[in-house]
Amino acid sequence: MIVDLYPQTKNMRVWKFGDNIDTDAIIPGRFLTINNPDELAKHAFEGTRDEFAKMVKDGDVVIGGKNFGCGSSREHAPLALLGGGVHVVLAKSFARIFFRNAINVGVLPVVCHDTDKIADGAKITLDLKKGYAEVDGKKLTIEPVPPFMQGIIDAGGLVEYARNLKEVPVCTKSRG
Amino acid sequence: MGATIVEKIFSRKCGSDIRAGEVVMTPIDGAMIHDITGPLAIQKFHEMGGEYVFDPKRVIMLFDHQIPADSLEAAKIHQYMRTFAAEQGIHNYDINEGVCHQVVLEKGRAAPGEIIVGADSHTCMYGAVGAFATGIGSTDMGFALKFGALYFKVPETIRVEVSGRFQKRVGAKDLILAIAADIGADGATYQAIEFTGKTIEKLDMAGRMTCCNMAIEMGAKAGIVPPDKVTWEYMKGRRKMKPFDLASDDDAKFAEKRTYNVADLEPQVAVPHNVDQGVPLSSVAGTHLDQVFIGSCTNGRYEDLKEAAEVLGKKKFHAGTRVLIIPASRNEYLKALENGLVERFVKAGALVEAPCCGPCMGGSFGLLAPGEVCLSTSNRNFKGRQGSTEAFVYLCSAATAAASAMKGEITDPRGV
Repeated sequence: MIVDLYPQTKNMRVWKFGDNIDTDAIIPGRFLTINNPDELAKHAFEGTRDEFAKMVKDGDVVIGGKNFGCGSSREHAPLALLGGGVHVVLAKSFARIFFRNAINVGVLPVVCHDTDKIADGAKITLDLKKGYAEVDGKKLTIEPVPPFMQGIIDAGGLVEYARNLKEVPVCTKSRG
Repeated sequence: MGATIVEKIFSRKCGSDIRAGEVVMTPIDGAMIHDITGPLAIQKFHEMGGEYVFDPKRVIMLFDHQIPADSLEAAKIHQYMRTFAAEQGIHNYDINEGVCHQVVLEKGRAAPGEIIVGADSHTCMYGAVGAFATGIGSTDMGFALKFGALYFKVPETIRVEVSGRFQKRVGAKDLILAIAADIGADGATYQAIEFTGKTIEKLDMAGRMTCCNMAIEMGAKAGIVPPDKVTWEYMKGRRKMKPFDLASDDDAKFAEKRTYNVADLEPQVAVPHNVDQGVPLSSVAGTHLDQVFIGSCTNGRYEDLKEAAEVLGKKKFHAGTRVLIIPASRNEYLKALENGLVERFVKAGALVEAPCCGPCMGGSFGLLAPGEVCLSTSNRNFKGRQGSTEAFVYLCSAATAAASAMKGEITDPRGV
């Protein structure tokens, strides 16, 4: 359970990226024959930010601007981040497919409209339960995950949610 | 209050009134997997305790990204998926038919009113036949394969109404690049884009596919054209079904309405490195080109190849420019072959490859070296999309690609 595993991320390094970070940048097409997160992580941001794969550490946090994870549906993108130890991405907004993929593989996409106030290399403390990020003494608000996605997170991810189900209740509505 | 076409599709499927914003576990009519995202989807299906897929007849499998197997890893992936198809009784089109999205439509595996998911972001192309189709990741696909249903947040709809008549050599790709530049790379996130208006009604299926294909480039969940005479004509021989009415009500609640008139639309080019960087061709005319790629699910159909051949005439491509032409499917390849296009392209100096994604996925062949510039009819110009992160990809129509390939620089097809 991501939130329980990372109720509080303390003083972790920030890897700052800009707007429209696409999944080709996160993991280039030539590495898509790889499905293992640790192996994928060796090529994360290859060609666009080579030091990331070499220096990223468990618990580090990736920060984006708007439309993080746009482009291809490749789940290899959040897997490459996960393999590098990144469990949380903070961005002003996320591309739809990346958002779902990230939750499904165990990377938490968190919406924060103030990512401009976070510098690369800064130390960040996150309290997901209380809903804030703290950088250089500044508290920044983060948005809660939509309720139906929170249900999947609470189940321990979509695989866990689905594992023991024989069938699903079709045409039932959930809270958006 | 009336309903949008998307709300109607979901409501029909569930037999109850479903509105935008609601999250619904919805049965699906089809699921498509290919050789990049398929293996992970199958793995997730198994991890979820899946034994048999929900309905093998509704699962579409094929290989198009790395074919014929271009590495030992790709060969093993194909082998893994072939075994799964055989065990499950899934018909596998294998490496034989072409690019997934083109094949799904050609084979009648998507139809008006259906809900289709594909483990590929350009799955939204099936909206061209009035289906609600959207790209998903591999874990969601594993879930869909097991249960034949998936959670959907029913999207609001942006209605795009297009009027006016295209100038000669200007068409659907120029329109959608202009719309993407206007709406922006994330302007339609979590929304559907409905294409309507006189211009769309007159647009052939090839053009509708080009528009719907690129809905994802604005972040949209789906692109859709309401089914009409053109659609039902296309479905003939592909699917036995009676035409029915399916369109948004005029009093439906739209997130937004936008209107475009194409009468004065110039050929458009999206400059590096984002798809929403579309500009009128004239502002980048003369840009030197190392490679030109005509193909992909966006613009690799016979109609595109025919227009490229018309622009080319009996002339030759520029000697200093590598020209790759890849039909989107076996069917489109055959049409090009039977009508003499392949011979003309080869004589003009192009390499004509067998149907596949080609350079568009940046991991197989036709890649770019640092500093090189490619003009491409595909859908993405992200940094590194076609090879080196130091290369430059410009996007355009097949007509613009052909005219430019003849001069070795970005060239207006209207003057050729």
